[in-house]
Amino acid sequence: MKALIPTAAVLAVLAAVPLVVHSNVTLNFLVVALMIALAGQGWNILGGYGGQYSFGHAAFFGTGAYVTAILQVRYGINAWIGFAAGIAAGAALGAVLGALTFRSGLRGSYFALVTLAFAEVLRIIASVAPVTGAGVGTLIRLDLGIRNLQFQSRAAFYWIILALVGVSLVTAQLIERSRFGIWLIAVRENEDAAKALGVNVNGVKLAAMVISAAITAAAGCFYAQYFLFVDSGIAYGTWISIQALLTPIIGGVGTVFGPLLGALVVKSLGEAAKLLTGDAPGLDLIIYGAVLVLVIWFTPRGLIGGLTQARKVLMRRSGRAAPSAGEARDG
Amino acid sequence: MLSPTILIPAVLNGLLIGAIYALVALGLTLIYGVLHIINFAHGALLSAALFAAFFAFRLLGLDPYVAVVLLAPLFFALGYGLQRFIIGPASHGDERNMLLVTLGIAVIIENTLLYAFRADTRTIDVPYAFQTIDIGSTFLAVSRVVGFVAAFAVALALWLIMTFTDTGRAIRAVAKEKLGAELAGINVAHVYAVTFGLGTACVAIAACLLIPSYYVNPTVGDAFVLVAFTIVVLGGMGSVPGALIGALLIGVAESLSGLFLGESLGQIGIFLIFIVVLLVRPSGLFGARA
Repeated sequence: MKALIPTAAVLAVLAAVPLVVHSNVTLNFLVVALMIALAGQGWNILGGYGGQYSFGHAAFFGTGAYVTAILQVRYGINAWIGFAAGIAAGAALGAVLGALTFRSGLRGSYFALVTLAFAEVLRIIASVAPVTGAGVGTLIRLDLGIRNLQFQSRAAFYWIILALVGVSLVTAQLIERSRFGIWLIAVRENEDAAKALGVNVNGVKLAAMVISAAITAAAGCFYAQYFLFVDSGIAYGTWISIQALLTPIIGGVGTVFGPLLGALVVKSLGEAAKLLTGDAPGLDLIIYGAVLVLVIWFTPRGLIGGLTQARKVLMRRSGRAAPSAGEARDG
Repeated sequence: MLSPTILIPAVLNGLLIGAIYALVALGLTLIYGVLHIINFAHGALLSAALFAAFFAFRLLGLDPYVAVVLLAPLFFALGYGLQRFIIGPASHGDERNMLLVTLGIAVIIENTLLYAFRADTRTIDVPYAFQTIDIGSTFLAVSRVVGFVAAFAVALALWLIMTFTDTGRAIRAVAKEKLGAELAGINVAHVYAVTFGLGTACVAIAACLLIPSYYVNPTVGDAFVLVAFTIVVLGGMGSVPGALIGALLIGVAESLSGLFLGESLGQIGIFLIFIVVLLVRPSGLFGARA
């Protein structure tokens, strides 16, 4: 329980933000950043802890978004149930995809490729199938009220997405401290060795994929409720696949707070770029691409890894006379 | 529907476009064969090459078939530089990092093109754009026939380089046994960069052959590269003959599925082949089991 204190503190500080900040623009910025952090945390469970780099997490985001929207619009189902169904659909898709790919022994480049291809297939199907509204997309009717999971105030949406991010942070933390998490990290570090030691490699990867897919799908469900509109380019577009992997990598891949930190940094950079040059198409993505390359180049373990490293160096410099036991072992 | 007068032209056109796919796929399979990574920047580089060919025609008045003499070395240098000075040092020798760096480069190139030229689709008018050759039962576009012949000439040239030159021997040595090659005095970073450069030059040649009968926009390369991925997976990663045969097969399959299913579903056909091959036989038709 003690380990959950930092998470609780971070969430408490974030929860207080709408009490101080009333600007809709700022709140909107934070809501979108938290949504990306949630999608990124999903990627982080599978990619960061499990080492399976997916290039197509849009498949889960989009499925969550479409299921939430379609159930309400076409079948008149309650928004909360639609939201839950969206998460379940994402998890189910994760199970199917995981079972197919891991059973065929796809890893590394191949896994990245096949996830990318699945997201593209879903995008093309969604752009022609009548049930998704094809090229026009699906519009959820504006009907404010807690029953419909639609709110006038940004703060309400903010607390909802913050709660989801909180659940994802605790999930990551519980995984990190569990036997399952240790298996997962063993698979990332050396799959063959893990297998030789009796880890059920495919089972572990599959479970990670389902959890990962469910979390990223939740971000998609939230997208549908917040913007009340989904089309194939938004739901299954590369923008979300890229941001889902970008945020944990920038923040710190395979760390609990990496995706949250990364999302805030990525979104701030995007906004700064817009302020500097106006809303030119493609500019924010140019910056994301450059940041991705630079982070891998100079701090391969992300900002959190970089900060830990910097602190170690500083401590070593100031406390040269009495190095701690841990550092003595490192040296 | 199944009369030969419709089927034969569809098959022939599929073979012709398949040859262009083969060139794109050759670059991809070459890089995979040596560096053991999938180059996710391949499509963006193709878009960039198409823009280069477009502006060589518009601004310098160079016919694409002339511009290839300029663009192939230029893109070789670009590919060499990318691998030697960015991808290599940035990825610290880790395969997962390499994937991410090529993805990052793809995002940068594609969106720089979008930023500079907007999403407009552009074409060029060459005098031979609508010329055709009458082969008895059907007509074939001259530009596509030129592309077909040139694609095989490039494949042959590549094979000669790989078989008979010292550079080719070094590349094959690194592909087989990286550490051993390094101990024998081969500069692995240089060989990686040369391979990447050759793959990028293939893309530039493909762009010059493609532009007379095709169009260019910032994301046009993506469509080709997903097809190229499919071909490379189908033919076996790293296998040059596999890439050629796979490309012709996919060209024909696409042409026929377009005929029977319509444009957008024809595209899905390619993806389904791709996913099924990956799941059932990831080593491809000609590749050895990994």
